[in-house]
Amino acid sequence: MSEVIFTNEMDEEMTLNMGPHHPSTHGVLRFIISSDGEIIRKAVPDVGYLHRSIEKIGERNTYPGYMPYTDRVDYVAAMFANECWAMACEKLMGITVPKRASYLRVISCELNRIASHMIALGAMAMDIGATTPFPWALRERERINDIIEELCGARLTYNYHRIGGVSFDMPTGWRDKCLKFLDLFDPAMVEFDRLITLNDIFVKRLANVAVITAEEAVDWGLVGPNLRASGVKWDLRKDDAYSVYPELDFDIPVGTGRYGTVGDSWDRFDVRVRECRESSKILRQALDKIDEHPEDDILGKLPKKLKPDCEAYSRVESARGDMGCYVIGKGAEEPYRVRFRTGSFTAMGIIEAKSPGLFLADLVALIASLDVVAPEIDR
Amino acid sequence: MKRATRKASELEYLGLTVSADSPASGGLLIEKVRPSSPAERRGVLPGDLIVSFQGIKVLSVGDMASTGFSETPDLVVKRGTQDLPAVQVDMKGFEGAPPIDLLAAGLVLGIAAAVIALFMAPTAGIITWVERRVAGRMQSRIGPNRAGPQGFLVWLADGVKSILKEDIIPTESDQWLFRLAPYLVFMGVSATFVVMPFGQKLIAADLDIGILFVIAVTSLVTIGLMTGGWASNNKWSLLGGVRSAAQIISYEIPGAVAIVCLVMMTGSLRLQDIIAAQGGTGSTVLDVGGWPWYWYVFRNPITFGLFFLYFTTALAEGNRGPFDLPEAESELVAGYSTEYSGMRYLFFFFAEWANVFVMAGIASALFLGGWQIPGVSPAQQEASLALQLVGVGIFLAKSWVLIFVVIWVKWTLPRVRIDQMMNLCWKWFVPLSFGAFLLTALWMVAGVPKSVELVISVLTFVVWGAIMVHFIRRVQHNLRESRIPLHLNPFI
Repeated sequence: MSEVIFTNEMDEEMTLNMGPHHPSTHGVLRFIISSDGEIIRKAVPDVGYLHRSIEKIGERNTYPGYMPYTDRVDYVAAMFANECWAMACEKLMGITVPKRASYLRVISCELNRIASHMIALGAMAMDIGATTPFPWALRERERINDIIEELCGARLTYNYHRIGGVSFDMPTGWRDKCLKFLDLFDPAMVEFDRLITLNDIFVKRLANVAVITAEEAVDWGLVGPNLRASGVKWDLRKDDAYSVYPELDFDIPVGTGRYGTVGDSWDRFDVRVRECRESSKILRQALDKIDEHPEDDILGKLPKKLKPDCEAYSRVESARGDMGCYVIGKGAEEPYRVRFRTGSFTAMGIIEAKSPGLFLADLVALIASLDVVAPEIDR
Repeated sequence: MKRATRKASELEYLGLTVSADSPASGGLLIEKVRPSSPAERRGVLPGDLIVSFQGIKVLSVGDMASTGFSETPDLVVKRGTQDLPAVQVDMKGFEGAPPIDLLAAGLVLGIAAAVIALFMAPTAGIITWVERRVAGRMQSRIGPNRAGPQGFLVWLADGVKSILKEDIIPTESDQWLFRLAPYLVFMGVSATFVVMPFGQKLIAADLDIGILFVIAVTSLVTIGLMTGGWASNNKWSLLGGVRSAAQIISYEIPGAVAIVCLVMMTGSLRLQDIIAAQGGTGSTVLDVGGWPWYWYVFRNPITFGLFFLYFTTALAEGNRGPFDLPEAESELVAGYSTEYSGMRYLFFFFAEWANVFVMAGIASALFLGGWQIPGVSPAQQEASLALQLVGVGIFLAKSWVLIFVVIWVKWTLPRVRIDQMMNLCWKWFVPLSFGAFLLTALWMVAGVPKSVELVISVLTFVVWGAIMVHFIRRVQHNLRESRIPLHLNPFI
């Protein structure tokens, strides 16, 4: 964008309070903005409005008992925190997960990734002022919610994964429902692109706005789609191939800078759109391969007593990027310390550095493009 | 445009009939004097020339209008070359005397205001219903369908709800301005209905300066929005108010220049004249009345472009998407209306939706031939009540098509940013509109023959048809590719 020049020494700086109940702060975030009319001089995030001591709760619950709480780490994509906690505990106790359970984990996570990206894309389009993409995206998410509800009985906070596997196998006819959804979803994404991703006004609003270079992205610790949009090809599903991801064939979309610079807001939108397509690809393969493994073999062999005395760190590629879980067990039923590392927290940090010179509307685009979820920031 | 031919006019309250061929130097030639009328009783004779009335020198019939100050006004007439002494005409007790005239005028105005309110309120309301249902369809949801058949009465329910709500006025706000702002906005929009040409005869006031009046009174909306934004004592509201002022003032320039091009082509500011100029005057059916190739939009390539330019500026002036920056809900919470609630909030949005009708109605009058019926000349239309009603129907149909387009655009496109909006106006629309103005002037100076003009009009129309065919084929292709299940029944 054009260079912003602050010329008048006599001008009044206006302090704007954006949030915590501002419509485009995605939950309860707050920014204290110093602005010169429409142009922002600085936007300082003020976090902590959704703090629920989720890590402390972990220290007061047993290892399996903490599983439902992990849903609340990132309620938009609850499967990943489930998986991350389960993987940490498995590492801690040396449990092997049956292949079928791994496939079910991949399937549920990829479904959840699409659902989460749908919210991110729809909400971002809504923040740019296009109202129609949001219900379209939510329509697809509803279908996923219906599918996941059949699998585990919940639509938002799933509590589906278990230490050593998953809680339920696929119900009868569930695979066909999944495939039917994917057959509807792929053309819907083509339509979605036509409606919003390639829309001229949308592209002009986002291209070259709040560019984050690859170097900056790494320095600020950005992860997931935000990092990949800056052109860094880093995806734990490939680079730290966990679960059954090595058996599946998929690409890692990275930012192209098709309409502007690599790492602009449009790239962050586009990377998510393309990730949805990749997830669809993964889902088709996983649904195809899962039958190679015996039915109902969905829970590994657990030790009699879950009282580990060591520490473990697990990481998964969540919808918001590298999600890590660090657990210290000290021979008790409860962990001594639980720590989550999430993508939104680091993404929140870069907003202050990127905000000077942006328009108010650009700040909204930047927040939306980083796809922050409030409980991931405040733990 | 030629001046309207002077007709013999009757001055009822004096009992005089003034001849059509009064001398151009001024004065009015009396043709007839009604027996036992005020004028006759003072000895005025046919053939006399009225020189002055009520102490004002008479140049045209307009100067004979009664001011109502006196029941015995002075009248000076000239008989032959001889000035007669002034006589005082006694108008007491005669039908149509000044006070009754004023009463009648007041009554007419009152009825007009009531009709406008009764027409404007349901129109704005129905637009909200249509907008919500159309938006619902576009977003694969249903929209309001509870109150009344297909949710048709939802606008009434909303209105009643809003009026019954508590009227909250923030303590820190500028109380009076806060109360005043919604009315200013409402007045600005409702005043335009006065000159809205619904039909050949159905117009509240066919002002000589019709379109200028529209441009002038819509500026009142800016003042209202600005006042509301300022008085709320909220920074988001203030930003919204400032945005709306910047936006409306900027976009008024290209919009007005676009209108000036049409005014130049017509030679009149009257909306009825502009509509009348968009019809054929030939003899065969295809050569008479409001066929599309006689409309200004297809008149020549310049006006074709001007229509889109005008329509975009109208969207921006009406704060409609993609130019809904003043109330951008994701940036400014709700812009100038953040602090408003209940009835006052309703007034803002009532004005916005009425404004949608205004922009569609004015656009269809200026560019789409208004009430002109294809194949029917204005004279024929004037003679038949049925044809008049058809004309009104045609005007409303064109307006509603444009209203649909306005809704369609709003629910499809993202919002532009403030700098992009300003760039679009000042770097593109203003130069383009002035270019169009220049080209139109050259076109008129060049004096293109009628037949050549007609060929160009028909060609422009054909080009439009080709664009539409291409558009429909693209839509069909996209629908096939996305494999969307179509629900063509509009009712759910």
